[in-house]
Amino acid sequence: MSGDHILSVDHLTMRFGGVVAVNDLSFEAERRKITALIGPNGAGKTTVFNCITGFYKPTSGAMRLTHDDGRNIQLERLNDFRISKQAKVARTFQNIRLFPGMTALENLMVAQHNTLMRASGLTFLGLIGAPSWRVAEKRAIDQATRWLERIGLLARADDAAGNLPYGDQRRLEIARAMCTEPALLCLDEPAAGLNTRESAALSELLLSIRAEGTSILLIEHDMSVVMEISDHIVVMDYGVRIAEGAPQDIRDDPKVIAAYLGADEQEAIAVMESGT
Amino acid sequence: MTAPAPGPVQASRLPGVAFIFKKALISALVALVLFSLMIGIRTEAGPTGQLIYWTRFGDLAAMVATVFGGSIVVELLRQWWGPVGTVRIVPPSVQSTLAVARRAIAPILLIFTFLVPVIFYDQRYILDLGILVLTYVMLGWGLNVVVGLAGLLDLGYVAFYAVGAYSYALLSTNFGLSFWVCLPLAGILAAFWGVLLGFPVLRLRGDYLAIVTLAFGEIIRLVIINWQSLTGGPNGVSGIPRPSFFGIPLTPGDDGLAAKLGIEFSTTHRIVFLFYLILALALLTNWVTIRLRRLPIGRAWEALREDEVACRALGINTTTTKLTAFATGAMFGGFAGAFFATRQGFISPESFTFQESALVLAIVVLGGMGSQLGVALAALTMIGGFELFRGFDQYRMLVFGLAMVLLMIWRPRGLIGHRAPTVFLRHSQAISSELAREGRG
Amino acid sequence: MDYFAQQLINGIVLGSIYGLIAIGYTMVYGIVGMINFAHGDIFMIGGFIALISFLILVSIGLTVVPVILLIVLLVSMAITALYGWTVERIAYRPLRHSFRLAPMLSAIGMSFVLTNYSQIAQGARVKPVPPIITGGYTLHEGSEGFVVRLSNVQIIVVITTVVLLAIFTWLVSRTRLGRDMRACEQDQTMAALLGVDVDRTISMTFVIGAALAAVAGMMYLLYYGLVDFFMGFVAGIKAFTAAVLGGIGSLPGAMLGGLLIGLIETLWSAYFSVEYKDVAAFSILIVVLIFLPTGLLGRPEVEKV
Repeated sequence: MSGDHILSVDHLTMRFGGVVAVNDLSFEAERRKITALIGPNGAGKTTVFNCITGFYKPTSGAMRLTHDDGRNIQLERLNDFRISKQAKVARTFQNIRLFPGMTALENLMVAQHNTLMRASGLTFLGLIGAPSWRVAEKRAIDQATRWLERIGLLARADDAAGNLPYGDQRRLEIARAMCTEPALLCLDEPAAGLNTRESAALSELLLSIRAEGTSILLIEHDMSVVMEISDHIVVMDYGVRIAEGAPQDIRDDPKVIAAYLGADEQEAIAVMESGT
Repeated sequence: MTAPAPGPVQASRLPGVAFIFKKALISALVALVLFSLMIGIRTEAGPTGQLIYWTRFGDLAAMVATVFGGSIVVELLRQWWGPVGTVRIVPPSVQSTLAVARRAIAPILLIFTFLVPVIFYDQRYILDLGILVLTYVMLGWGLNVVVGLAGLLDLGYVAFYAVGAYSYALLSTNFGLSFWVCLPLAGILAAFWGVLLGFPVLRLRGDYLAIVTLAFGEIIRLVIINWQSLTGGPNGVSGIPRPSFFGIPLTPGDDGLAAKLGIEFSTTHRIVFLFYLILALALLTNWVTIRLRRLPIGRAWEALREDEVACRALGINTTTTKLTAFATGAMFGGFAGAFFATRQGFISPESFTFQESALVLAIVVLGGMGSQLGVALAALTMIGGFELFRGFDQYRMLVFGLAMVLLMIWRPRGLIGHRAPTVFLRHSQAISSELAREGRG
Repeated sequence: MDYFAQQLINGIVLGSIYGLIAIGYTMVYGIVGMINFAHGDIFMIGGFIALISFLILVSIGLTVVPVILLIVLLVSMAITALYGWTVERIAYRPLRHSFRLAPMLSAIGMSFVLTNYSQIAQGARVKPVPPIITGGYTLHEGSEGFVVRLSNVQIIVVITTVVLLAIFTWLVSRTRLGRDMRACEQDQTMAALLGVDVDRTISMTFVIGAALAAVAGMMYLLYYGLVDFFMGFVAGIKAFTAAVLGGIGSLPGAMLGGLLIGLIETLWSAYFSVEYKDVAAFSILIVVLIFLPTGLLGRPEVEKV
């Protein structure tokens, strides 16, 4: 593979006690593309995400993020909030983690925390109501409004996030991540629990985000979504990469099918050949 | 008159009666065992130092009977009310009416508070009580930043109150600094201690944090008791200067305020001055808190209370965010402490026990975490309630403890279980705090 | 050296008492995940009940010390256990599914209730008792006249602790109740689905914890010869420190933590300053929580994201 990579994961290993969740994994995510990370349950996908987004410190290996201006950041050297703040990597969670008691709008305002903190002069300018702060606040509200409009939640801007339907919460979480203005957006099963219509809308949203220049790394079980929108797919099983390539290559890869069917390789090939 | 068929009603109630009786009997039996030795027997060190005892079977019987009767009453009430739930007790329609009334309550309450020294000018007792209530309102509002907004359970808040009080007491008695110089210093010192404690411990989970803050509160108190050369130990610090009216002393002399204004001197002037002073301090706390909520830092506090992991994923530095909440709360505690010292003229470690922390915490919880008005009402209720029990001083903590337990069972979300959004597009609608999660960190 | 040996003995005895209280904290935390703030006061109640039952037995003319001790032990364990059960029933069970801070605040309220209740029922003054068990052994007579002594009370405290700990370990590891407890600790919903009576198991946890605290209360009475209504607060915090130091949720940890806290406190008092011994204990709590939040024998926690 060649090309412009926003993220290079290099020999990543993560151990929990004796369990090796991720074993010597290497892959790249291309800039302004959608890379999907797929694999059966327990393959270690979410662990990879947690390493990339700083929630786990990898046992060994390196993860390099290259910004548009050519700046390189070694993600394994940053921890928790700095990944989002400095490296501009945003994420969503498998089980939605909105702020349920805050409104949809407030959720999007919290996401702009670091920008707003600077604008409020670390609170002091904001406390006295300085004009520069008011302008910045207005701008933040506008940005949040734009996103609410885009995900079709403008009418529910002032409703508590916890009161929104499940599908809306998923989209709101993506919008919240986008409000941090990330270079790389990591989505952990964004289509989980969505109906067909909602997944179609999700695909559309993700494609439009890509079109605007944000790279996406995606964990997903819903193959229709993955096959439809991914530019590149990495398949994991038992913590190692078993395949990678374009969607159509992955679809036909016997090793991938074997991993998903849980059968051994020979058998899976036999199944496939007899099937065609 | 047609009798509305009493038969079946009676019949359907009969098993209920048997059930209630059985339950009451069991309760009474449990009470009998519990109280048998603790109440039935009274021990005391006799005149020779030897321990003697006497029996109080009458009291024991009375207690057991009370439990029996009380159990029946509670059970009847429960059947009458049906299952206890917030919705049942305060129906939504009433709540929405309350919401309208609430908008009116705050200004009315504020105006009334301003007028208290005018209306009750001659009643020293009421003025003193007002000052006390306002002190707790201020403490409640200060702690509300930590517990209500940021969701950090702080059981050692009184430590910062103590730091503020001793800062003023020691700076003024040793170096002759005036109240107006010491007030900001007291706040800064308290905030400094808040940061000092907070920095290492704020990574801890909620209940661990609670215990650590409790331990910290006790450490401060024990150090005050034992560091006699500095703090006077258990004897405390006395002769703390009274505040001046921005430099003009409130004394009967020629340079006093009364003489300068050409009015007759009265000790009430000082009380009224103190009343408005604490009112101003409390309102400052309130104003700052309301402002902060609408700033990114305040929103981050609330987000932190809801979901710390999500905050980290959004690039929010959770440690500094918690620290600022801790320091802000501590600072207000310090201000209140300095005020306490100047009002009392004397402070000792006895004023800064764990009970004080628990009282302020109870005010915040009763108020409905995060609600400014709720905290004010709760302080009024609590301190007022304590005053009612003045004659039964020894039962004070018993009643207070029971109230806390019942409060948690009845309305764990406090008097005002709503939070108002900090920013809105069209209309601000209150969010039920049932939705709000509270501190996972 | 002799001085040190003597302090070591004293520390172990004190540590046994803390360990017994700490077990109650650790068990309750393991199952319901709350700090049972009233547990220190349960210990205090246990001390009072031991005192009163002892006084009654002596006044009715019983003189055989082992019999007295056995009856006092059983009575105080039984009644104090009922206190533990009642507290759980009144203050904690209705809050099982309430918001996270509610049980903690309710527990603080309950702690005030119990403290004040003892104060009203038995008066605020310290209650002294004459030494019940006297005598002891001289282990070593130093050249400077310093004598290392092991008193009979100390022996009894340590032996009782060891025996109870053995019974208790058997209870948790070998009986149905113990299995239910461990099941509830892992997953209450799943345990309930598999036929474990969760309410009863939690109640039993409180009962056992309270019974052990009662033993601690009685040992305290025997060892120090006095009780008072306020002794639960500080002892409670120290025992909690012990539970955290040992690793909360771990029973051997609670005992180990208790011994360590007892030793640290005794040695601190002996070599540094008695006034600051509580400050030392509380500081240890803070330091342990910061640097070793899972304790010595606790399981490390992996944050679920």
